[in-house]
Amino acid sequence: MSRAERWIGKPVKRVEDARLLTGRGTYIDDHPPVAGLHHAAIVRSPHAHARILGYDLEAALAVDGVVGAITGEDVLRLTKPFSVGVAAPVRYYCAATDKVRFVGEPVAVVVAKTRYVAEDAADRVRVRYEPLPAVTDPETALEPDAPILHDAVGTNLAGHRRLVYGDPDRAFREADVVIKERFRFPKYSSTPIETYGVIVKWDPLDGVCTVWSNFMGPFIMHPLTARALGVPENKLRFIVPPDIGGSFGIKTSIYPYIALIALTARLTGVSVKWIEDRREHLLASSSGTDRIADRELAAKKDGTILGMRFRWLDNVGGYIRSPEPGCSFRPTGNFVGPYRFRHLEVDASTVMTNKSLTGPNRGYACGHLYFETEGMVDRLADALGMDPAEVRRRNLIPSAEMPYRTPSGGLYDSGDYPKAFAKALEIAKYAELRREQATARAAGRYVGIGLALAVDPSVSNMGYVAAALDPQFRAKPEYLPKSGAVDSATVKIDPLGRVITIVGTAPQGQGHATVVSQIVADELGLTPEEITVVDEMDTFTRVWSISSGTYSSRFGSVGTSAVALAARKLKAKLVEYAAHLMDVPPDRLEFRDGAVRVRTGKGPSYAIKDLAGRAHWNTESLPDGMEPGLQATAVFGFTGSKAVDAEDRVNSSNTYGFIAEVMAVEVDPETAAVKILRYVTIHDAGTIINPMIAEGQIYGGALHGLGGALYEELAYDADGQLLTGTFMDYLVPTANEAPTIDIAHVVSPSPLTPLGSKGLGESSSMTVPAVIANAVSDALSPLGIRITELPMTPTRLYELIKKARQA
Amino acid sequence: MSDPVTVRVTVNGVAHTGRCEPRKLLVDFLREDLGLTGTHVGCEHGVCGACTILFNGEAARSCIMLAVQADGAELLTIEGLMQDGRLHPLQEAFREHHGLQCGFCTPGMLLTALDLLRTNPSPTEDEIREGVSAVLCRCTGYHGIIKAVEAAAQKMR
Repeated sequence: MSRAERWIGKPVKRVEDARLLTGRGTYIDDHPPVAGLHHAAIVRSPHAHARILGYDLEAALAVDGVVGAITGEDVLRLTKPFSVGVAAPVRYYCAATDKVRFVGEPVAVVVAKTRYVAEDAADRVRVRYEPLPAVTDPETALEPDAPILHDAVGTNLAGHRRLVYGDPDRAFREADVVIKERFRFPKYSSTPIETYGVIVKWDPLDGVCTVWSNFMGPFIMHPLTARALGVPENKLRFIVPPDIGGSFGIKTSIYPYIALIALTARLTGVSVKWIEDRREHLLASSSGTDRIADRELAAKKDGTILGMRFRWLDNVGGYIRSPEPGCSFRPTGNFVGPYRFRHLEVDASTVMTNKSLTGPNRGYACGHLYFETEGMVDRLADALGMDPAEVRRRNLIPSAEMPYRTPSGGLYDSGDYPKAFAKALEIAKYAELRREQATARAAGRYVGIGLALAVDPSVSNMGYVAAALDPQFRAKPEYLPKSGAVDSATVKIDPLGRVITIVGTAPQGQGHATVVSQIVADELGLTPEEITVVDEMDTFTRVWSISSGTYSSRFGSVGTSAVALAARKLKAKLVEYAAHLMDVPPDRLEFRDGAVRVRTGKGPSYAIKDLAGRAHWNTESLPDGMEPGLQATAVFGFTGSKAVDAEDRVNSSNTYGFIAEVMAVEVDPETAAVKILRYVTIHDAGTIINPMIAEGQIYGGALHGLGGALYEELAYDADGQLLTGTFMDYLVPTANEAPTIDIAHVVSPSPLTPLGSKGLGESSSMTVPAVIANAVSDALSPLGIRITELPMTPTRLYELIKKARQA
Repeated sequence: MSDPVTVRVTVNGVAHTGRCEPRKLLVDFLREDLGLTGTHVGCEHGVCGACTILFNGEAARSCIMLAVQADGAELLTIEGLMQDGRLHPLQEAFREHHGLQCGFCTPGMLLTALDLLRTNPSPTEDEIREGVSAVLCRCTGYHGIIKAVEAAAQKMR
């Protein structure tokens, strides 16, 4: 291959694949980082809500091979509760201390020489409980006679905010049409196939607590964990193994287990390994919230949307765990989606009930948002007798208004939404689909077409979490504002001219090493194979910050920017050095095809290898004042990441892509099975660095959305017992359920990133629930059925069809 | 705890003798006793398929078998899939068609696909979907996997 070739934009095969295809990956459970490892088993609550009366460890400690055990009493004595993102005094520790508040909550840990023995002993731990009444529904939990989970809070409401943008009351007064609907979004999890894993070595002599885990950021959880454990941040070392077996946001919430296993290692005096099993994962790791949403939409007769009201009850489970209540506020800047209306009221309640805890799950809060909004837009079209495509067209933000400031503070950096939407309709042959639908309907078949549009936010601005706090609280002098979205990269050239790039992004399958090698190859005029990429997070050695990590579709935007800038910095140094050697002004030189050359093409050139040899072997050859060594570290941060303002406006993400989808389905009225006939998805994520990897993200994201829309639910009975605690009940889509997808791109490069790229990791996970619900609603409209609740399991759909036919 | 028992097993063509508790799972025996960590544990109840190996030539879940059941058996794990130091056509095809992201289900997926192609060398797309539906993948949406198995089938015929 020619060295002049550009690698960005090519479907370069992944460097990660060779090891992963041959069984030579290194995941947390493959990792033997320290000698003398012992193994932990966690004792968990069988009750949804109960007071803990006491523990009896005697029988457990008597088991041969057991070295120790800890309980909630140790947790209460030696750790502090984690900081929470609300003002309510919720005391959330790494294990239950006074009461248990959900089934599966950790209450004790047993450590033994093998996992088998630890499990045996865990079965012998006796915990005495006084069971209490449980509540699992967020609306019931707010009723006056509901059982209260946290006595110190005195209510199950962890937080409440009413955010007002523009003049929504006026919008509703002036409306020709007002639409109202109640939606329910289910609690589901992307369930990575690799579960949580934590290994801790606590050295009593130097006081360093070293943690190996499949944690993926945000690294704000590092100081949070340090504070809970009472160790200085520079004595708490987080190391991430080279491979993580998927996360989709779920592994953000591993940090309480890091604290729990760290405390266990400290008290038992041995290094401790804990690998979560699947039952534990479904029972007590993390998920998105289940939400009850009351939506109102105000519009003119011509279809112009004037304003909306959202009333949300987000169920965060037994405690509120950071970064919740991101479930309500993560999309603050893109609350309005791709639409032009300026008047909005958001009434967001975060409710605690006796369910497991929640956190980021692919599409964090946006699957909920667009399921509701896109459902409302379809209802508006229906009410006005308009085509749902036409209603959307009339309300889209025009490309001429980019960059666009939303009423809630978001800054959409680039995009041409009407063009991307038109492309989706064109590829789907929308008009033809409508004709086919009419024919099918006439033949008595239930065929429907759904549309969904979404602004796809990437690289969250950490400051958005403060939208959960009252402006008066944020105005106090002791309150410290929060903002930012940064990442770093180092590029270095060794004495023989070989290039190594170091990042600490903790990827979970997104192929970062491949993408980094493409970027550096382009910058330095090399090939990707010539770049070695190290992506192993270690908080003691990597340059990192609060917002580091791979979540919120960060890497494609902020991580890639840091890599490009580091390479450019190093390139500039090479040019300066070569200029000194050639005794010409640097501006007469350029870096081209792996060498510093005279711009005119005449005269000598210095290849990287040549410069590297000289610079490393003969520092005397460096110009005066030049720092020795050939390496550059860049830390890239978005300047548009600002703290929430006094009017609750915040640019909650930094780059904003766009998604337009069309789906046609047929519903079998006898079996209630939903068959996808056609599915088109258009994405605008700016510059695409590796189209193969980008498409992989879209396929995967779409199937997560489909799982949540049709099959997956962490379902509980009224007593708070989990009904879907295995993969036999919690139904994950298989290859049989995966639809054929037509993917296309529109490219509006971001003006905010050096490469023009945006994030794409969450992609269609946020639109599929909306598009398929709209398609099924359309299919069943002859029966008067409109989908308001997910998942649309055959049972649920069958009941709706039966009821409609009886009516 | 019961007394250890002896397990003689041939893995990837190499004979091994190990001693373990009778209750030890086959997957734990492979990973811990034989150091073959390429076989992954995803659910420990036989649904996700990440732990799939070939047991006397047939796909089997090593997380719901005991090591003692493998006494005298011939096993193939992901570590034995390369031939003469080269990637197997299935491995090549997975790389070519982006049939993996995080790689955690990949070993089980590859051995399941191998079992499928041995019993049905020319599967239709629906048969591939049905065949690999024995393994759960949460990253790829299965698209690349289906394409990869199709391509490998052609190459292996």
